[in-house]
Amino acid sequence: MSIEQTNTVPELDFNTPAQRRLRQARMLKDKLAASGIAIGGISVILAVVMIFFYLLYEVAPLFRSASIEPWGGQQEVSYAVPGQGRTLYLAVEEQAEIGFRATDSGNMVFFDSTSGRILKEEQLPLPAGVDISSFALLSEASQTFALGLSDGSVKVIKHNYKATYPNGKRVLNPELVYPLGEAALPLANGPIEHLTLNQDSDAWSLIALSQGQLTELTLSMNENFLTGEVEIEQSSRTLPTIGVKPTKLLMSPDQRWLMASLPQGKVAVMALGNDPEVTQLVEVSKAEITSFELLLGGSSLIIGDAKGQLSQWFFVRDETNQFQLTHIRSFEHGDSPVSNLTTEQRRKGIITLDADGTLNLYSSTANRNALSEPLFESAADAIALAPRADALLVQHGDRLSFWHVDNEHPEISWSAYWEKVWYEGYAEPEYTWQSSASNNDFEPKYSLMPLAFGTLKAAFYAMLLATPLAICGAIYTAYFMVPAMRRKVKPFIELMEALPTVILGFLAGLWLAPFMEANLAGIFVCLLVIPIAIVLFGFTWNNMPNKIRFLLPDGWDAALLIPVVIIATWIGLALAGPVEHALFGGHMPTWLSNEVGIPYDQRNAMVVGIAMGFAVIPTIFSITEDAIFAVPKHLSYGSLALGATAWQTLTRVVLPTASPGIFSALMIGMGRAVGETMIVLMATGNTPIMDINIFEGMRTLAANIAVEMPESEVGSTHYRTLFLAAFVLFLFTFVVNTLAEAIRQHLRKKYGSL
Amino acid sequence: MRYSVSEWTKSGSPWVWLNAGAVAICVIMVVGLLGLIAMRGLAHFWPADVMQATYTQGDQSRRIMGELVQQEMVPAEQLRGAGIQVPDGVEEMRRDLLKVGNRDFSSADFVWAMDQGISDKTLPEMIMVAERLEWGNFYGYLREVRESGETVARHDGHAKSPEYLAVWDEFQRRIDRVLEIRDQILTIEKHEIGSINYELERLRLEERSLELEQSTDAEAYAEIEARRAELNADYEVLQQDLIDLYTKINRDSFTAEIADGREVEIDIAKVVRAFLPNKMGTGEKMAHYGVKLWEFLSDEPREANTEGGIFPAIFGTVMMVILMSVLVTPFGVIAAVYLREYATQGFITRLIRIAVNNLAGVPSIVYGVFGLGFFVYFLGGSIDDLFFPEAKPAPTFGTGGLMWASITLALLTVPVVIVATEEGLARIPRSVREGSLALGATKFETLMKVVLPMASPAMMTGVILAIARAAGEVAPLMLVGVVKLAPSLPLDGNYPFLHLDQKFMHLGFHIYDVGFQSPNVEAARPLVYATAFLLVVVIALLNFSAIAIRNHLREKYKALEM
Repeated sequence: MSIEQTNTVPELDFNTPAQRRLRQARMLKDKLAASGIAIGGISVILAVVMIFFYLLYEVAPLFRSASIEPWGGQQEVSYAVPGQGRTLYLAVEEQAEIGFRATDSGNMVFFDSTSGRILKEEQLPLPAGVDISSFALLSEASQTFALGLSDGSVKVIKHNYKATYPNGKRVLNPELVYPLGEAALPLANGPIEHLTLNQDSDAWSLIALSQGQLTELTLSMNENFLTGEVEIEQSSRTLPTIGVKPTKLLMSPDQRWLMASLPQGKVAVMALGNDPEVTQLVEVSKAEITSFELLLGGSSLIIGDAKGQLSQWFFVRDETNQFQLTHIRSFEHGDSPVSNLTTEQRRKGIITLDADGTLNLYSSTANRNALSEPLFESAADAIALAPRADALLVQHGDRLSFWHVDNEHPEISWSAYWEKVWYEGYAEPEYTWQSSASNNDFEPKYSLMPLAFGTLKAAFYAMLLATPLAICGAIYTAYFMVPAMRRKVKPFIELMEALPTVILGFLAGLWLAPFMEANLAGIFVCLLVIPIAIVLFGFTWNNMPNKIRFLLPDGWDAALLIPVVIIATWIGLALAGPVEHALFGGHMPTWLSNEVGIPYDQRNAMVVGIAMGFAVIPTIFSITEDAIFAVPKHLSYGSLALGATAWQTLTRVVLPTASPGIFSALMIGMGRAVGETMIVLMATGNTPIMDINIFEGMRTLAANIAVEMPESEVGSTHYRTLFLAAFVLFLFTFVVNTLAEAIRQHLRKKYGSL
Repeated sequence: MRYSVSEWTKSGSPWVWLNAGAVAICVIMVVGLLGLIAMRGLAHFWPADVMQATYTQGDQSRRIMGELVQQEMVPAEQLRGAGIQVPDGVEEMRRDLLKVGNRDFSSADFVWAMDQGISDKTLPEMIMVAERLEWGNFYGYLREVRESGETVARHDGHAKSPEYLAVWDEFQRRIDRVLEIRDQILTIEKHEIGSINYELERLRLEERSLELEQSTDAEAYAEIEARRAELNADYEVLQQDLIDLYTKINRDSFTAEIADGREVEIDIAKVVRAFLPNKMGTGEKMAHYGVKLWEFLSDEPREANTEGGIFPAIFGTVMMVILMSVLVTPFGVIAAVYLREYATQGFITRLIRIAVNNLAGVPSIVYGVFGLGFFVYFLGGSIDDLFFPEAKPAPTFGTGGLMWASITLALLTVPVVIVATEEGLARIPRSVREGSLALGATKFETLMKVVLPMASPAMMTGVILAIARAAGEVAPLMLVGVVKLAPSLPLDGNYPFLHLDQKFMHLGFHIYDVGFQSPNVEAARPLVYATAFLLVVVIALLNFSAIAIRNHLREKYKALEM
């Protein structure tokens, strides 16, 4: 083509309006596509990154501290105290709409909790000349209290709220109920100085101190099936005296123990059996006891004193199997005396108000001070916490103030998650995971320790199996095996990585676990027999006449060994019978648990180790193989040329060069084992125990999430704790994998220069 | 060449052999595992012979009938502990697990029997196995066929004879009749009444939403009422049909002699199929095998998932995987294209690449937790508040379902697609792109016409690997929408046909549930093996095709690489 010819086509104009429009459209399309892809790409990446932030967002409230503010916002809600007399008892109902106050003049007032407007007022009909001489609360949650009168009789009263729905709107109707009848129950002869009561389903027990004498009255209510009438059976007895005059009496809900706080920081414990006696006199404090209350559930005693010490006590069996009131923990508290103390109605929480006006919120299990706020100038006269622990009513002189408390997750702290905690009813501090139970006053046990331990235990046993097999296999495949065989073996083993773990788990649980129980000795014998057989065969093969030996070229040894391993396994299992009879009395698991004292579970860590080891072998194998294969060939040629044997070259040259890659393979395998869910879920008993024993099960973080997440209440502490477990798993595997990836990239760069 | 032991050890050969042994063990484990699943899974459909024997235990002996399932050796000590008399000097005894069925007439359908006590083993040709809708298999001798309580045919012998076979044929004819009627019943109950119920529910929701809007449009209410009356009328008709069919199906019954000699009566309406396994030849057995295999693949489960088929689970898995691939393919590809072609290659891009790579290693349960918290509770709850207030308090999208499960798994597998696509894009030589650009194509045109077509096998590989992973993943699904028994398929004839909010069944979860949560694990076990085998086959096929595509791709562009 000549130059002239190109010049003769000037008619081909690229700048026609149509061409320009087309170009513009193309440019626009290109720009749009560029931004579209950028937006799409970035949003996909953001969506994936969001997992991290969402988990964090769900976990964060666990670690937020509590807060308190005036009810309904900034303005302090304060009003004159409704009703007359000195407050004996202050309470708020469930919705925090209605407050209740009982006074020493027998005035029972229900009032609007935000304005103090009286909704209902009742005056107890007291006989002339009789006044209220003592007060006792059954428990905060029961809303029931007793008044001891100066004529020695007792009235038991419950404040109750009935919801009705006239015109579709909820209206709360407060009322007073008398569970033991409206008439006063005669209990003592003189004025009742101190009183305590408790109820165990239909059995009531009241103990009164009058003129230095302790009297117990027990009532049992039987409903007649036919008539529906309630019959009350009564009996009363005199209890031994305590000696010193108590300042307050408390009774355990099972009506077995009477606890009396005495002057000078002492507490007397009386066993209320068939013959009651004082069993213990403990000095709980160096100062006077100022607060003496039972925690939710009634098994723990919370004691506050004039020096500002706050502590928890409950009954623990000692060496002689006797229950002793024992100091469990002290709470961090200022020096100011504990002047008011009340307990939460749904959780093991404590609220104190000190003499200097500081409000403290505690959770007993977590031993956490969720809030410490100087709210007032001085001590209050009475405080009340709403059942949902979201509202606080404080009486200060003749003013009542109403507060909103935000304390969602007090039961969580570092120590609750990761340290030993002395739970109620336990003989000593322990790591326990027990997130739910049937009754309301259950103490949730959120120790992540057994779960983390179980996770690591499962991963450890899995790695114990997988590491030698995968690494040795990879070494052979990458360094010794003939390429023809390598091309078959490698994808074959890698395919196993895609095998659904649910299949491995089901085989482990339904096939391997019973098989192992029946052939435990056989498996151990095989562990010995197989390596011996392999080495023996190798020796024999190498000493074979060359004619036979050269039938198979080098690098095909692994294929030869397949029948050897199968025969060795068969021999191992066949040998197991006699060995088991000779050494283990016929059945190794039975022998282990009876003779050695190692408990044997059918679904145990060894089953998990084998199944999960199986799942991680392909991961480790594949990466290790790549790392070894990537070692430049001239390094090993150099070594071989200098006269080193193949094995020497491998151990001194190839493996050191590939070691970072092998390390990263192990880490990635470990990451996979830690997060594996289905195998552990199906192949262990899922009991959260802490025992390194290979013949017992465990519960891992991942399996725990799978088991408990569907039943967990949205937004609860339990729910967020499970999110925390997921977050821990996420972080752990992410960090481990990133580290491994960084090592691999580094390695790749290094080889690039060789 | 002869080696001495010390020389041989010094050369390092034992270690090499041990390493070779490790490979051999790995291969044996893999093959053994696949073999175990295949053997147990496929054996399930084979009609096993039913043995009749006399079982003597102490001084009592009785007749037993059943399939031999398993044999094992038990140490004498353990048996003595269980109160079984074992002669001195015997260290081990063989024990047989027999499937004796007849759960409604005897205490257990599986019994362990000491092999020693079993005598007079025979395989009588006329022992019948009847698969039933409830109570599991039935084993016994057919005695009598009854119609409305009247005897139609009867035979009292145990041996094969023309008279006995005539009774048997009569029985088979009546089973066929029952099957036909049952089909009709199923059509009415599942499809016709099912869609009426569905329509009625939609009308209820429509009415409720009118109420919520405080609409006073009387016409709308009247229309709903009219349609409801219409549907109810249809329903009445179908109900009458059903009653007729049920009277017809319940007409026949049969009696049979069971192992302890009792003669029991069973409704033929409860029978799925009956056959004489000992009489069958190999050909018949194979035909029977095919029928059972087809039933397994195409039927719904019976008896708490321990019998029947797994069709809903296959269907649910496929639906979920399809939805997931529809989601994951475009997003994964766009993200990969952005990372490789558009983003500035630097430290941050490398960081993102590593992060995306590592997300593939994050435990799947974490994605499940995220899906439950974010998709189900947060997004689903908001969607319900906005669009489905009439259904409240019952959640529509605020509970696990097909859509959330697909999205969760899409999120789980998106790193796989990104990594594979990026790898494919990286393999395309720069020169190809530059050639296209030099010819005046824009970047986007280069991408669409040159780069992406060349990278498409890599994308395919990524998507197939993603599907393989999603098909086998169970842990996250347990949180976001899988159930043990879904009442209906997520795709049916009722508007809007695809029910994204519905819970579904899944093969992997089926294995977990039937194997571990089933009340009768022994009976369920063969079915679990069969399901596992199916899942393994599907996933192996998917992976092999991914590998094949990858290799093909490598071959294809080998010439372009420099």
